Amino acid sequence: MSARRPQGRSQRGRARISQRVGELSPSGIRKFFDMLATMEDVISLGVGEPDFATPWHISEAGISGIEKGYTMYTSNRGMLELRQELSRNLSARYGLTYDPDSEILVTVGVSEGLDLAMRAIINPKDEVISPEPTYVAYEPSTLLAGGRFVPVPTTVENNFRVKAADIEKRITGRTKAILLGYPNNPTGAVMEKADLEEIAELAQRHDLVMISDEIYDQLVYGVKHVCIASLPEMKERTIFLGGFSKAYAMTGWRIGYAAASEEIIEAMTKIHQYTMMCVPIMAQMAAIEALKSGEAAVKEMVADYDRRRRVMVKGLNAIGLSCFEPKGAFYAFPSVAVTGLSSEEFAEKLLIEERVAVVPGVAFGGSGEGYVRCCYATALDEIREALRRMRRFVQRHKS
Amino acid sequence: MNREVLEILEKDAKVTLKQISAMTGLSVAQVRKTIEEAEKNRVIVKYKTVINWDKLEDERVRALIEVKIQPQKDVGFDAIAERIYRFSEAHSVYLVSGPYDLAVFVVAKTEHDVSKFVSEKLAALESVQGTVTHFFLKPYKEDGEVLEGQEKVRRQPLTL
Ligand SMILES: Cc1ncc(COP(=O)(O)O)c(C=O)c1O
Repeated sequence: MSARRPQGRSQRGRARISQRVGELSPSGIRKFFDMLATMEDVISLGVGEPDFATPWHISEAGISGIEKGYTMYTSNRGMLELRQELSRNLSARYGLTYDPDSEILVTVGVSEGLDLAMRAIINPKDEVISPEPTYVAYEPSTLLAGGRFVPVPTTVENNFRVKAADIEKRITGRTKAILLGYPNNPTGAVMEKADLEEIAELAQRHDLVMISDEIYDQLVYGVKHVCIASLPEMKERTIFLGGFSKAYAMTGWRIGYAAASEEIIEAMTKIHQYTMMCVPIMAQMAAIEALKSGEAAVKEMVADYDRRRRVMVKGLNAIGLSCFEPKGAFYAFPSVAVTGLSSEEFAEKLLIEERVAVVPGVAFGGSGEGYVRCCYATALDEIREALRRMRRFVQRHKS
Repeated sequence: MNREVLEILEKDAKVTLKQISAMTGLSVAQVRKTIEEAEKNRVIVKYKTVINWDKLEDERVRALIEVKIQPQKDVGFDAIAERIYRFSEAHSVYLVSGPYDLAVFVVAKTEHDVSKFVSEKLAALESVQGTVTHFFLKPYKEDGEVLEGQEKVRRQPLTL
């Protein structure tokens, strides 16, 4: 390396890293990773995945696939049997009819589905409107596709649901899509049917694509999840992103799927076939088993999350961290206002002083400031101990 | 009767009323009432602890004894089962389908004690046609809990 050359510049003075990537801001929690690495006895509420292992019958289906020699590529779109099961599943749950041959694509998690959706529909400077606090990948995937990300702040007053009127205010001639992610990471908010209907009407009136990340659709508590694609006239313009990671505790398998119109799935498949080829076959075989007979296991896990959710939310409110009742996913999103600390200060001090890891709300966009995300997909004993430590912390820092 | 309270207790009998209340959203009084009622009706039979005695190298022998019954006039399985389950060595007793009739789990101090129980007590019963004794060599999983060799899988402490 030459000392005189500016960092990251080649001999001809050009930046090695593309402008698009260079301009992406790094993840807001890298500093916490480094701190965590040097600490012991930390209780982490900072995770974003189940603490269950994949139900054994599902894992076993993947393992026995390998044993039988299913170790090859599959069709780009995913194994036909899996697409047929997905089609059946969406029909049973939401009354939607997707053609397994042309309207379903198996992806490497919702992560890939999201990236494909963006790249399939975005032209340079096209705008994507999405509620904030937002899942961390939404803005980067928009930017990487060349689009612009337009956040719509949501607030605790409206239980972090996004309102059609707030979306409408941000619609311009360049608006291409609305991106929703409910049940929500990080807030745990769910949408109500009436609100979704208004947003659906908006999408139709302005001819917008609806990208709906419904990875947490099965993790709801005491409410029924409404799939936006199932509303009248919406299937045609909706890209439904569905997952296995959360409901079936399959984060490490890397599998999810997209369901949309033939035109859009065709476009997404074009990218997928060149960049990914296909999803690992063993994950696909496990996913078939999950769809065929995973329902009981999901039900049991949801019942368990629900108990922990109650303990977490009640506990947070009791120690002065006021928390609205999240009805989906596995996150609580309490306000840290009583401490007078910013979300980052709170998270950093809590980690150092009490060895409890939470994620500062600001990592999910400006409207997450003043909140922290606490994942309750953690053993009850640990949740209770974390709450004891947080109580001490809040007592000390109450302003 | 609230099944959720029972499900929670079945997994962990040590949870407090207050904890169950927080987990279910029921009031402490409601939880107490459910439990009292379940105890009264013997829906809750008792509270016990799963102990891995092997860890203490405790002298303790367990066996499953298949018992084949010779059906007799006027004597049903229930009566014969009772003759057997009254022995304190018989830890659990089930009527089962298949080639034998009663499954008898025995816990005793030594193998000799088990043999004695089988030869002197069980085999002596008129209605017992035959027995097959299986000594337990090594426990792997008990009451839903894997006992040994479970590696603790650790998640990434922070993910978004
Ligand atoms: C809202 C949301 N969407 C997508 C993902 C990524 O899911 P997958 O594992 O299917 O790629 C996550 C994971 O945290 C998530 O929270």
